[in-house]
Amino acid sequence: MKEIVNEETVLRVPKWTLSKRKKNISFSNIFLLVAIVLVLFIIASALIPKWIAPYSPTYMNTESILSEPSSKHWFGTDYFGRDVFSLVIYGSRDSLIIGITSVLIGSLIGGGIGAVSGYIGGYIDHFLMRVIEILMTIPGILLALAIAAALGPSLMNIVLAVAASSIPGYARVMRGQILSIKKRQFVDASRSIGTHSWKVFVWHILPNSWSPLLVMGTIGLGTSILIGSGLSFLGLGVIKEVPDWGALLSQGRGYLVVGWWMSTFPGLAITLFVLSINIIGDKLRDTFDPKTSRMR
Amino acid sequence: MTLVNKMIVKISNAVVSIFGSLVLVFFIIYLLPGDPVLSMLDPSTATPEMVANLRKELGLDQPVYVQFVEYFTNVLKGNFGQSIVNSEQVLPKILEHLPATLALTLTSSALAVVIGVTLGVLSAIFQNRWIDVLSRFIGLFGISMPTFWSGILLILIFSVYFNWFPAMGSEGWQTLVLPTLSLGFVGAGLIIRMVRTSMLEVINEPFIVTLRAKGLTERMVMYRHALRNAMIPAITIIGLNIGELMAGTVVIETVFSRQGIGRIVADAIMAKDLPVIQGVVFFSAVVYVIVNLLVDLSYSIIDPRVRRSH
Repeated sequence: MKEIVNEETVLRVPKWTLSKRKKNISFSNIFLLVAIVLVLFIIASALIPKWIAPYSPTYMNTESILSEPSSKHWFGTDYFGRDVFSLVIYGSRDSLIIGITSVLIGSLIGGGIGAVSGYIGGYIDHFLMRVIEILMTIPGILLALAIAAALGPSLMNIVLAVAASSIPGYARVMRGQILSIKKRQFVDASRSIGTHSWKVFVWHILPNSWSPLLVMGTIGLGTSILIGSGLSFLGLGVIKEVPDWGALLSQGRGYLVVGWWMSTFPGLAITLFVLSINIIGDKLRDTFDPKTSRMR
Repeated sequence: MTLVNKMIVKISNAVVSIFGSLVLVFFIIYLLPGDPVLSMLDPSTATPEMVANLRKELGLDQPVYVQFVEYFTNVLKGNFGQSIVNSEQVLPKILEHLPATLALTLTSSALAVVIGVTLGVLSAIFQNRWIDVLSRFIGLFGISMPTFWSGILLILIFSVYFNWFPAMGSEGWQTLVLPTLSLGFVGAGLIIRMVRTSMLEVINEPFIVTLRAKGLTERMVMYRHALRNAMIPAITIIGLNIGELMAGTVVIETVFSRQGIGRIVADAIMAKDLPVIQGVVFFSAVVYVIVNLLVDLSYSIIDPRVRRSH
C-alpha cells in the first residue's frame, strides 16, 4: 500500500528526471563568479590599461620579433616586436566602447519604439511593427556591414551600424512587455482614479517594464561585441596604432603559419569576454523571468 | 479564417516585407555622408568628368522618386544594376557564386540541427546532470565564439598542424568541412538553448503528467509527445537563423577564401561597390523572407492547434 502512495511509482518517473538542484547550484555559481571576475578585469583593462599591461602597445622590441609566448611575453610578440598581451589589454577599450555604446543607443531607440508601439497600439503599432519586421528581414551583421560600408570606416560609424542592427530585437521585447503590463490590474486601478494617460505610462508602466530590456541588453552586449569585432575584422574599422580585438585578430591572420599566437589570443579575449557576458546575462534572465526560474 | 485565407495573408505580408527591404536597401546609398559619387571614386585621380559620368550611370542626377521607380522596375525585371568596379551585372554574379554559399549554408544548418536538437533534448531530459551542464556550456560557447576566430583555430589545427583539410578554396567537399564546423557550431549553440528551454517548458505541462499517469513509458512520453511539442519553437529559431547563417558566410568565406556571395559582399565593401552590396543584401532579405514564410506555413501543417485556431 505504501508503495502505491509513493508518487514516484505511480507516475513512473525514473529517478534521473528528478532535478538534482542542490548539486548544480554551486557549479553554476562558480561559472558566474569566474565570469564576473573576468568582466571586471576586462573593464579595468579598458579603463586603466597602463597599470595592467607590462609593455606599451606601441613599443617595438626589434630584438624579439615574432617570438613565441614565454614568461617575458605571455601572448608572444607580433611582426613589429610588439607585446601581444599588452595589445590585447589596450585593445579592450575600443571593443568595449563599440559594445556598450551600441547597446545603449540600440536599446534606447528600440525600447522607445517598442514602448510607444505597445502603449498606443492601433495603427501606429501596426505601422511600427511592420517597419521593425522589414528591418528584421536583413540579418544583423549584413545590415551593420551595409551601413558601416556606406558611412565609411570610423569607430562611431561602427557603433551606429551595430546599434541599428540591434534595434528590432529591443523593440519587440519592449513591446511585448508593455502589452502585458498594460493589462495588469494596477494600471486599470490607476486609470480609474483619473490619472492622466501619459502619467500612467511614465509612472506605472515604464518602471515595470525595464527588466527584460536589461536582460536583453546584457546578452545584446555580447552580440554587439561579436558584430563589432566582425566588422573591424573585415576591415571596416579604423586603422589605428592601437587596434581593437577584431582588427588585431585580422592582422594576425597573415601570420598563421609563423605566429599562431597573434590571432589566437585576441580571439580568445573576445570569446572569453562574450562568454562571461552571456553567463551573467543568463543568470539575470533566470532571476528576472519567473517562468525560467521555476523550471530550474 | 480558413487555412487558405491565412496563407494568403501570410504571403501578402511577405511581399510587403520584401518590398520594404527593397526600399531600405535603396536608401542605403543616401546614408553616405556628402556625395556618394565622390566617395566611391578615388579623389586623387577623379576628374569632374568622371564624377559626372558615374553620377549619370548610377542615375543619381535624377530626383529620388524617379530613381526609386527605376530601381524598382529594374529589380522586377531581374536587373540589380552593375558593379562599379568591373561593370559586371550583379544578379548573374550572385547566381554564379550562390552554389558555394548555398552548400555551406545547408551543411552548417544540418550540422547545427543535428547537434543542437540532440544535445538540447538530452540536456532537458537529464536536467542538471553532467550531460546538461556540458551541453549548456557547449551552447554558451557556440554563441560566444566569433566565427572568424573558430575558423582560424580550425585552420591552425586541421590545416597547418595536421594538414587534413585545405585551409582555403571552394572546390570539392574537403573545403566544406572546416567552414561547416565553424558556422554550424554557432547555430548549434542557439538551437541547444532553444530546444532545452522549450523541452523543459513542455515537460512541466499537465498533459505530460497525464501521459505518465496513463502508463506510457518514459521513452514514449519524451520522444513521442514532449519532443514533438518542443520542436515548434525550435523550428522558428532555425528559420530565423537561416538568415544569420547566410550572413555569417560573409565572415567565414573571407576566412576560408571561398568564392561565395559572402565573399562578393566583403570584396564589394572594400571597393565601396554599392550596387553589389545592395544587390546581395536585398537577395538575402528575399531568401530570409521566403524561408520564414515556409517555416510559418509549416506550423499550420505540423501543429493541429495552429491549423484549427482563428
